[in-house]
Amino acid sequence: MKRLVLLLCLLAAPSWAVQPDEILDDPALEERARALSEDLRCLVCRNESIDESNAPLARDLRLLVRERLVAGDSDAEVMAFVVARYGEYVLLTPKATGTNLILWLAGPAMMIIGLGLGLAFLRKRSRSEATAERALTEDEKARLEEILSE
Amino acid sequence: MIAELGHFALILAFVLSIVTAIVPLIGAQQRWHGWMAVAEPGAVLQFFLTGVAFSALTYAFVVSDFSLRLVVINSHSLKPMLYKVTGVWGNHEGSMLLWVLIVTFFGAVAAWRGANLPPSLRARVLAMQSMVAAAFFAFIIFSSNPFERMAIPPFDGQDLNPLLQDPGLAFHPPFLYLGYVGLSMTFSFAVAALLEGRVDAAWGRWVRPYTLAAWMFLTVGIGLGSWWAYYELGWGGFWFWDPVENASFMPWLIAAALLHCAIVVEKREALKSWTILLAIIAFGFSMVGAFITRSGVLTSVHAFATDPERGVFLLMILGWFMLLGLTLFAARAPVLQSKGVFGVVSRESVLVLNNLLLAVSAFVIFVGTIWPLVSELFFDRKLSVGPPFFNMAFAPFMLALGLVLPIGAMLPWKRAQVGRITRKLIPAFVLAVAVGALAYAMQTGRSALGPIGLFLGAWLVMGSFVDLMARVGRASLKERLQRMMRLPRADWGKSVAHAGLGVTFAGVAAMMAWEQEDIRVAHPGDSFELAGYTLTLNSISEEQGPNYVATVGDLTLSRGDRELGTMHPEKRIYPVAGMPTTEAALNIGFTRDIYVSLGDPQVDGGWAVRSYYKPLANWIWGGSILMALGGFLSLTDRRYRVAAGAAKVPSRKPLEVAAE
Repeated sequence: MKRLVLLLCLLAAPSWAVQPDEILDDPALEERARALSEDLRCLVCRNESIDESNAPLARDLRLLVRERLVAGDSDAEVMAFVVARYGEYVLLTPKATGTNLILWLAGPAMMIIGLGLGLAFLRKRSRSEATAERALTEDEKARLEEILSE
Repeated sequence: MIAELGHFALILAFVLSIVTAIVPLIGAQQRWHGWMAVAEPGAVLQFFLTGVAFSALTYAFVVSDFSLRLVVINSHSLKPMLYKVTGVWGNHEGSMLLWVLIVTFFGAVAAWRGANLPPSLRARVLAMQSMVAAAFFAFIIFSSNPFERMAIPPFDGQDLNPLLQDPGLAFHPPFLYLGYVGLSMTFSFAVAALLEGRVDAAWGRWVRPYTLAAWMFLTVGIGLGSWWAYYELGWGGFWFWDPVENASFMPWLIAAALLHCAIVVEKREALKSWTILLAIIAFGFSMVGAFITRSGVLTSVHAFATDPERGVFLLMILGWFMLLGLTLFAARAPVLQSKGVFGVVSRESVLVLNNLLLAVSAFVIFVGTIWPLVSELFFDRKLSVGPPFFNMAFAPFMLALGLVLPIGAMLPWKRAQVGRITRKLIPAFVLAVAVGALAYAMQTGRSALGPIGLFLGAWLVMGSFVDLMARVGRASLKERLQRMMRLPRADWGKSVAHAGLGVTFAGVAAMMAWEQEDIRVAHPGDSFELAGYTLTLNSISEEQGPNYVATVGDLTLSRGDRELGTMHPEKRIYPVAGMPTTEAALNIGFTRDIYVSLGDPQVDGGWAVRSYYKPLANWIWGGSILMALGGFLSLTDRRYRVAAGAAKVPSRKPLEVAAE
């Protein structure tokens, strides 16, 4: 099944990602449309945004986004509109809510833990350095005197 | 007949690998020299036998032997010879055979070069390497046999996926596998060291060439893959954060970390257990890569064999080796006493920070890659994690890494004063800030990304230069140059690789920030502007290739009155495979690429033409080449060559070592 989907995607290739006839006349709106479509997933082609994808469905979505923008929707409204129809799956930037917090916080948390562990390790290291290079004991000093005076 | 010979050699190699995995291990434990001595001939013979199997398969592809199922599915008699040969690894079964060939190759290299290794360590390393080979031999023979015959051979084959019929992608897998599999060697060394219960400077020196080689090959492999994506996919993207790409990028990051902490083991005998752990994890990631590419668990644009049964098999291999490595690590790590002591401000600590940044960034990519799977399995939430997330989550680590690198590279071992180093680096920093500011002032948009990228690039390149100059010391220019040429190759390698990273940073940032795009319908004779350049579509014609039909555009690129060249973007259709591909036309320059790809014919007789202005595009791959070159320079450093032949030249300590 997956292979079939992949094949369909590739077979559909002659129709290109963003087509000349899709482009909106208003450059500001078009720019917004491009930015939004970079964050929307092509549902039949795996791991491609609708901006890059060649599949017919991606074209439909691109047109849909532009339709909403022309109708006067804000960026957030357009996204909400698409998500309401296709689910969270279309978002390439996962929402930072609920269980996704784990995803978003994993990196920073790991970095903080790592920094903490690293610092603790370095402290311990340099303390052992301090002991390694401590001053001579009385006994050792006496012995040194003895050797030097010989 | 030849295919059967290959098949037989493969089975023989499998049996031999089991023997070589067990006998020397017992021998090393019991101190039986005869048993330990099995390791070397075993490793060499495995390589030879696998070589026979691989040659047999290559032969079948070259002569188009359509009685082999694999050849039928992946080849065609009309295919150019180059792609007949590269078609051997352009599929799941063949690529696994290449994989295991490289595993045994590294084993054989370790056997040849291992004359100065203590006998028990050598026996254990080779035994571990054979165990890895045995696992993959079993995988090939039981679940993906390349030598399967057809009952009724067809007249011709079904052709190789046309996307793979390309020089960039033809050599992308072998390099990548050399990298992945090179990490199996460091894994073998790590496990052997744990069994020995000893890790010392000598161990660090033996392991580092393999880590360096693996990292270097991964760099080349990833670079080739991204270059291919750039010109083949038709719109000039170079990195997609696709699971398969991430699968190669994670081992690259971990190998880079391992490379740096192995230096600490080699020079200062510290960070031992961390290095061992990293070596185990690095190989784990490279097997996760194999698993992701071949199991189909994570859907990806270019996963090429999606078969759950194979996935389970690979997962079992991964599980077994990680269990073995980590259990041994848990049991033996406390034995590894670190000797070298160092202050909080020292090169050692900066290398700890380097490792932290690289390891955490690899971890972030890992979490992002598997998150859709985890989320769906455990939280019943179907979602995607795409490039915007990865860019956002990954960039800060690289920014930190780039900022600290030039300072860290110059800090002395043991104990350091930051002030002394920063004073030397002030000119480089000022110049880098100037470059960034200039970029900010000159750009049309108000992006922060471009200037920051150029600043980092300049900072890294000039920092590396300052580092080299500082090693030379004060003298006349001529004297300095002479001293510079006499510096150990490892020093050159370090500077070149770090500068390469800077060049890549600059390229990536510039391309993401300042790319310009033009999509339009053009009729033959039309001219249009793109970022100050003029493109004229002269004509469109049909051409016949060896196994494809192409529509070729003819465009003239000019700037002002000056003609810069003609460009020929193509759209190809491979009738046998029934697949179209695009071949973009590139006008390559030092500061920019002009990129044109041909779209569909339009109703009114025009053609869709997509053209791009891509600033500093080549810097991305130029930087990768520099990084790989840096790795190569370090690899050829006299210390490693001398260490390898130490038994032959015992008279004098090599100069570089004495100088440190």
